[in-house]
Amino acid sequence: MFLRLVYESFRRQKRRKVLAGVAITLGVAVATAMIAVATDIGDKINRELRSYGANLVVTPQEDTLDVEIGGINLKPPSDGAFLNEADLPRIRGTFWAHNITGFAPMLPVTTTLTTSASSRDVTLLGTYFSKELKLGKEDFVAGVRTTNPWWKVQGRWPDDTSSDVLVGERLASSLQVRPGDQIGLAGQSHRIGGILSTGGAEDGQVVAPLAVAQQILGKPGAVRRIYVSALTKPEDALARRDPKTMNPEIYDRWYCSPYVQSIAYQLQEAIPHSHAEQIRQVAQNEGTVLSRIKGLMLLVTLAALFASALAVSAAMATAIFERRGEVGLMKALGGGNASIAALFFTEAVFLAVLGGTAGYFAGIALAHQIGQTIFNSQITIQPVLFPIILAIAVVVTFAGSAAAIRRAVLFDPVFALRGEA
Amino acid sequence: MSSLPHYPTQVANRRSGRPHTSMFLRMLVRAAVLRRGRAASALLAMVVAAAVATTMLTLYADVQAKLRKEFRSYGANVVVMGKDGTALPADALPTVQSTVGAQSIAVPFAYIVARTADGQSVVVAGTDLALVRKLNSWWSVTAWPAENGAALVGTRAGTVVSPGGKPFELSFQGQAIRLATGGILQTGAAEDSRIYLNLPEFEAWTGVQPSTIEIAVNGSTEEVNAAIQRLARQLPTAEVRPVRQIVEAEARVLGKTRAALLAAAALIILTAALCVLATLMGWVFDRRRDFAIMKALGASERLLNGFFATEAAALGVVGALLGFVIGIGLAAWIGRVNFHDSVVPRISVLPIVLAGGVAVALLSAALPIGLLRRVEPAIILRGE
Repeated sequence: MFLRLVYESFRRQKRRKVLAGVAITLGVAVATAMIAVATDIGDKINRELRSYGANLVVTPQEDTLDVEIGGINLKPPSDGAFLNEADLPRIRGTFWAHNITGFAPMLPVTTTLTTSASSRDVTLLGTYFSKELKLGKEDFVAGVRTTNPWWKVQGRWPDDTSSDVLVGERLASSLQVRPGDQIGLAGQSHRIGGILSTGGAEDGQVVAPLAVAQQILGKPGAVRRIYVSALTKPEDALARRDPKTMNPEIYDRWYCSPYVQSIAYQLQEAIPHSHAEQIRQVAQNEGTVLSRIKGLMLLVTLAALFASALAVSAAMATAIFERRGEVGLMKALGGGNASIAALFFTEAVFLAVLGGTAGYFAGIALAHQIGQTIFNSQITIQPVLFPIILAIAVVVTFAGSAAAIRRAVLFDPVFALRGEA
Repeated sequence: MSSLPHYPTQVANRRSGRPHTSMFLRMLVRAAVLRRGRAASALLAMVVAAAVATTMLTLYADVQAKLRKEFRSYGANVVVMGKDGTALPADALPTVQSTVGAQSIAVPFAYIVARTADGQSVVVAGTDLALVRKLNSWWSVTAWPAENGAALVGTRAGTVVSPGGKPFELSFQGQAIRLATGGILQTGAAEDSRIYLNLPEFEAWTGVQPSTIEIAVNGSTEEVNAAIQRLARQLPTAEVRPVRQIVEAEARVLGKTRAALLAAAALIILTAALCVLATLMGWVFDRRRDFAIMKALGASERLLNGFFATEAAALGVVGALLGFVIGIGLAAWIGRVNFHDSVVPRISVLPIVLAGGVAVALLSAALPIGLLRRVEPAIILRGE
């Protein structure tokens, strides 16, 4: 009889059930989408923060002083120690390899630039533009196009295997050269692939594939520094501790957390005779920005959960309030308060499970849409979210119905049946 | 109640001037007072929705300013340099300061290459250390030098010029200076190889004037670009350029954050509006008997529509106003918790919330009324 009542109630009051179901679906969809976005926004913003450039730099261990003002190197080029280009793929073999979004080796050399009109000394920076490296089965694209996204080229980015070069904006305008022109570098003729604009020291330099710089320097395989761009976790007290003073357990925890310090430590392990350090301007500030944005989205998500819980309870309360007459009839026929309440709660749970499931999938679709339009990437949704969302939906529907059910049950059937609410 | 015996004359006198409005108002007030429970729940829904909408809109408008402040900790976004490495004119710093305003920080830098006692080259920079401390908050410094003769030594420079932290000697064009290590600087970038001195001391030693001014301009991308153009006009001999790395990354992160917040705001406001719609429709629908009685007593269609519309609009206005106040409080709280800063209440949000509240309320009154209008009052009164 009980089941029949529930069944008939769903069959005969389709309009009301659909309305309440739609409210639950909408509420759950918004809640799911917001939770998914909020849990993933840290990762997404972290990736966006990588557009500030590398947050780690690897230098040779016995590095000499840089004597450089405004990007002009005043030191003899062959001076000092170097890293080995052949060690570069090892960066992808470190523990947090998947957090490393890009790296670029740099080799600055001083050379003579000759055009048909003039001849002068310039700094030439050898680097990767977007070079495909192979490490085992994995392909990885390294170079300044991923680490320094603010570098703009008018013309074409040279191929890493070619001998084409980029000329900085300021240098190009004082030399009066255009993409496609030929210039002489250390006696060799090179084609200008494009004009580079960075807003930094590179605007007055020539940027060439690494091999060109190594050839000019006469040191094949030499690299002066490596800039590494990594996704990191904001620094905390553990991060700042010295790994040498840790006991094994804490050391493991430190080593296995993607702090900028532990990634630097691992880079140092991977590349022989190297010293890795965080670039504080980038590394220190991203933590604050990230935590602010995450905090904001968390609070906003709470607001969203609150609003959707309210919407669901309002819809449920209205739906039950409309059925006072029915309650009056049941009570007049001898229905107990408990069994009437049980009937309504069973209906509510049914609606919550149905609406919750539909809402969850609608919410996933919504989250994907938000991820695609705003961040151009997928928003990952943890499957564990489903039971949580469903539980929340049931609890909220229950709580929203409880007050209305109580009032409906306590109402005198005589008044209810006379329609005097 | 003491005036009850004189009721007919007094009331007649009182009401003779304004018969219609008074009855209309009475109906409105009594409707709200008599069915407090339902009216209160409708009002509550309205208040909550308006509060949530106000919070989201205020945050959306304010988040840019708030996050910009965080982004300024990345340091300078504009650099002024003498063309081709020459010194800037002597009045460059005051000019820059007056052009960009007090909200922005402008720090002068002068560079030379000095020789250590054993003939090594090292870059020495003269600057205003107190301003640098404000501009480059990421610098890790053991102690900021306080007195004359103490320098801020980059960690890599330190290992060369004064291993063990002993006082050291530097010379530039025959002029020698003896310096103590006032503090060790670590940044992970070019600064590690330099030695920083306060500008007056640096100028007394070398006679070199600042060649670079780094500026953290406060404001949006357009404001920064406008400041760059003003600076370029004020200082024709200098080169003024944005630090693209900082400016572009900031615009990008801000843009994405604002877009995410906008999506969230849209979703939340939509949900809140739907909640109000459901509650209010239930409320109006519930009063079909009032509607039927009024109609049976001969109320015109216009009066009925006017009555329910006024009621809904009043609810919308009161709810929106209350919600606005609560929403401002909520936004201020979020500002304090998350940004440790107050969020400015925005009056410009009020008309939007007010209009939205009234529109939703009118819509939720119009739908059930439209349904009821077609039904004979007798059928409603019979409770069918």
